[in-house]
Amino acid sequence: MKVGILQFPGTNCEYDTQYAFTMLGCSTEIIWHQETSISPTVDLLVIAGGFSYGDYLRSGAIARFSPVMQAVQEYAASGKNILGICNGFQVLTESHLLPGALKRNESLHFISQHHHLKVASTDNTFLQKMQKDAIVNIPIAHHDGNFYIDPQSLQELYDNDQILLHYCDENGELLNPNGSVDSIAGICNKEKTVFGLMPHPERAMERILGSSDGRMMLEGFITT
Amino acid sequence: MKAIVNISLKAGVLDSQGKAVHHALDALNFDGVTDVRVGKQIVLQLDETDAAKAKESVMQMCEALLANTVIEDYEIELIS
Repeated sequence: MKVGILQFPGTNCEYDTQYAFTMLGCSTEIIWHQETSISPTVDLLVIAGGFSYGDYLRSGAIARFSPVMQAVQEYAASGKNILGICNGFQVLTESHLLPGALKRNESLHFISQHHHLKVASTDNTFLQKMQKDAIVNIPIAHHDGNFYIDPQSLQELYDNDQILLHYCDENGELLNPNGSVDSIAGICNKEKTVFGLMPHPERAMERILGSSDGRMMLEGFITT
Repeated sequence: MKAIVNISLKAGVLDSQGKAVHHALDALNFDGVTDVRVGKQIVLQLDETDAAKAKESVMQMCEALLANTVIEDYEIELIS
């Protein structure tokens, strides 16, 4: 299985992501933002975390117009899986591949810490290996992670089972670090092929680094 | 022609920065401030001399890039 990992100027999680998927036995390819096509051999496309274009204007807003993004739109339209982590999630909302938007954290502070998450849905490729309501420990590191969506679109997320993860405490009670609507940490599109989350599963692959809970999440994508 | 674009969070979308500034003004005893909204201003120099065309063009820029209309409103002011 081959994982393509997008790299914009300012992306800084591409090698962590590469390391994580290599651990899971995948071959990987870093795809520079000036590329105009994505190889048909790529089975999963990851938009890695970081600060594409210095987060100028809005996080993810400039990356959206990179040459590679036209190919990403076509890749998404083909129904293949895309995972956006942190800045990748922001790029996906700015590109309208996922609904809503990521605002400045309510506290206005950059937050970098381990946080618990509760699995809201497992009826999708990404979280299929997890148990519903399972509590996992995954790092978050963001300034603009405050998920906003209008009430009508929020209802659609619930109706279509598009909410993947909620922020919670170690007992599973909702605990909101950044002001996100309903403590939402990750969502997918209606077709369940495009996934976005603010937490970093690729940074939680080994117990020695604090948690290996990210492993089971990313394993959902592994087909061979 | 110069275009001034003012971008702010939509009414109903919580403006954390505005709230923080409001608290700070309260702390400094500036009474009588009922609301604070923080936005951003983008100033564009344009070749275009026709105001209607300039406005149409800047509106397209706002919709495509300058504002995220999911959470933000924009206002365009033209100065010739």
